[in-house]
Amino acid sequence: MATIISRRQVLADNWQLLKRAADGSIEIPSDGDVIVPLSTWLEQRDALVKRTGQLGVWLEGSDDPALLVADLEHFALIAVHFQQFTDGRGYSIARLLRARYGWQRELRAVGDVLRDQLFYLSSCGFNTFALRADQNVQAAMTAFEDFSEAYQGSVERPQPLFRRRSLIQHEDTQKAAI
Amino acid sequence: MYLYDEIDQRLVDERVAQFRDQTRRFLAGELSEDDFRPLRLQNGLYIQRFAPMLRIAIPYGFLASRQLRALACIARKWDRGYGHFSTRQNIQFNWPKLEDVPDILAKLATVQMHAIQTSGNCIRNTTTDHFAGTAPDEIVDPLVWCEIIRQWSTFHPEFAYLPRKFKIAVSGSESDRAATRVHDIGLQATRDAAGKVGFRVLAGGGLGRTPLLGAVMREFMPWQHLLTYLEAILRVYNRYGRRDNKYRARIKILVKELTPDVFRAQVEDEWSHLQGSASTLTADEVQRVEQRFTRPGYRKSDALSPGYVLALSRDKAFSNWVRRNVQPHKVAGYAAVTLSLKKTGAPPGDATADQMDAIADLADRFSFSELRVSHEQNLILADVRQTDLFDLWQQARALGLATPNIGLITNIIACPGGDFCSLANAKSIPVAEALQRRFDDLDYLHDIGELDLNISGCMNSCGHHHIGHIGILGVDKQGAEYYQISIGGAQGNQAALGKVLGPSVSQAEVPDVIERLIELYLERRDSEEERFIDVVRRIGIEPFKEYVYGNHHQPAASPRRQLATA
Repeated sequence: MATIISRRQVLADNWQLLKRAADGSIEIPSDGDVIVPLSTWLEQRDALVKRTGQLGVWLEGSDDPALLVADLEHFALIAVHFQQFTDGRGYSIARLLRARYGWQRELRAVGDVLRDQLFYLSSCGFNTFALRADQNVQAAMTAFEDFSEAYQGSVERPQPLFRRRSLIQHEDTQKAAI
Repeated sequence: MYLYDEIDQRLVDERVAQFRDQTRRFLAGELSEDDFRPLRLQNGLYIQRFAPMLRIAIPYGFLASRQLRALACIARKWDRGYGHFSTRQNIQFNWPKLEDVPDILAKLATVQMHAIQTSGNCIRNTTTDHFAGTAPDEIVDPLVWCEIIRQWSTFHPEFAYLPRKFKIAVSGSESDRAATRVHDIGLQATRDAAGKVGFRVLAGGGLGRTPLLGAVMREFMPWQHLLTYLEAILRVYNRYGRRDNKYRARIKILVKELTPDVFRAQVEDEWSHLQGSASTLTADEVQRVEQRFTRPGYRKSDALSPGYVLALSRDKAFSNWVRRNVQPHKVAGYAAVTLSLKKTGAPPGDATADQMDAIADLADRFSFSELRVSHEQNLILADVRQTDLFDLWQQARALGLATPNIGLITNIIACPGGDFCSLANAKSIPVAEALQRRFDDLDYLHDIGELDLNISGCMNSCGHHHIGHIGILGVDKQGAEYYQISIGGAQGNQAALGKVLGPSVSQAEVPDVIERLIELYLERRDSEEERFIDVVRRIGIEPFKEYVYGNHHQPAASPRRQLATA
């Protein structure tokens, strides 16, 4: 069974990520939890909503998340596929889904997802991670602690540092006083 | 100098620990070269021709003397005793060992320095006017804004893997000394009709293979909205910039392909959602950053000291140096001094560890322990008392740092070129040296007057050859090193891109061609006040082309040289 990192734990993964075959066809099992490509959702939405099992959709970096805005209620999960970890479009997609389109359920990074990008991915709103097969999942858990602060606002902590700085320093002084 | 608080320091320390672990995993074979490359680049580490090259950030070119001493220490301990100040106001070391880099970064962190985002496809060091804070015509102090942008861009999670590198420049005055029109984003401080402060925002400028001047996004953006507007531009670029071709991936290509109007409309649409969000700046934050800057404690002085006036009249060498290397200051009795790193025979922008220590001493003694790096690759003591100028000049001269050539043809701006850089088509250091030797006669040099000469070893244009009054570009011609000469480029408010003069020439021919250009200029100028660039603007490129190439495809030899060798 494949594993994913979810809420900073390693869990078994029940989702099946479906991809199109070389001829463009795609086989959708009748039950079980599946993640379908955006184009499949747009073509077969009526059939997909009638399935048993949970439904997810995945986007490529070039896809526009705005296309999903009216459909969000149908999904338990949205995934963003990284063809290469150096392709940063997925970070903006995550920010848009979280901050603009109000997506609050699972947002998963899939594809070329490596230990050294987890901190930024998480800041942009991803909360589950299907790491590339060669990655050491247990060792990767420390990546979330690479930095204890950030100048920018994140999805978990929307206020940028400059709006929190005086509070933090106030807390530090209080701790020191105790 | 901005002083880190506890959090700024902790982030830099955590970065060192992160990179130490990444380097360890790379050396242990747990991290492949491909997976490691973007990580090391975002810590300034290139694999170069002979050894790795480490580029250390000097945020907006600002250095404290203790930081310069730390750089001298790094040069001695981990390099070969020197460093190279770059046109991006950073410093590069050419000989560190990969396994030593975490220790070098740890050493830097002890003096509030780092190599964060000095390379890679991310937001790079923000640059500004090297006279920032001392110039009389400033609307805002650009250092404060550069630091605000530094913090916003450092480890920005959304913009660490952009299509290509991204450079922002800030000018604090209407007179643009930060080359804002040739940056991915240029910000120029300005006021609206009501006198409120804001920025003119330009996007899509850049040099390189497709040189373009930036397009105006906003004539006036109130300062509160600066970061959200930057976010909007970066997000549009991150999503739609080309990623299929490295040479078409800069924002300038996106702006050009969409047209500035369409790009601007997309940015405005994006910004309509971000406007007023948590990144909107507050007066408290601007004030906090302002207050974390140490400020020189100027002493009250007369506008002109009698001793200084006397020295000027007595000593021709001193007055030459003052004329070229000393700039006026907003505070009466003070001046800004440029220490030239362009002495003939030394590669432009290079400084030895001993020179760095000595310059740190000069900064302590004469300029409140602070200095700046200029994009012309010189070092600047920005707050020197006029009464100290003569003393400073004598000491700088003894150190080989008082060549009176700022703004003149031998103040050559050059990348490290093919001697060090694996991207270069051709060498730049020997070309610079040959030109410095050719124009070594001081009277001749001063007679030629103001002239920016820039050399880039390849199309990546690190030597900014497009905006030199004379630009020299290294090209590869069937495996041989050749040089393409252009004229008419300029930086500042009259920024312009140079035009190619004609077929490229061999290394040996470069000084002759440049001398021909100068001869025609001297012959055609209407007075000593008319600079080379003014003559090019007035008479155009054709007469120069004809004078250099005649009717042939080979440059003609200089008559003066022919005479000399006859």
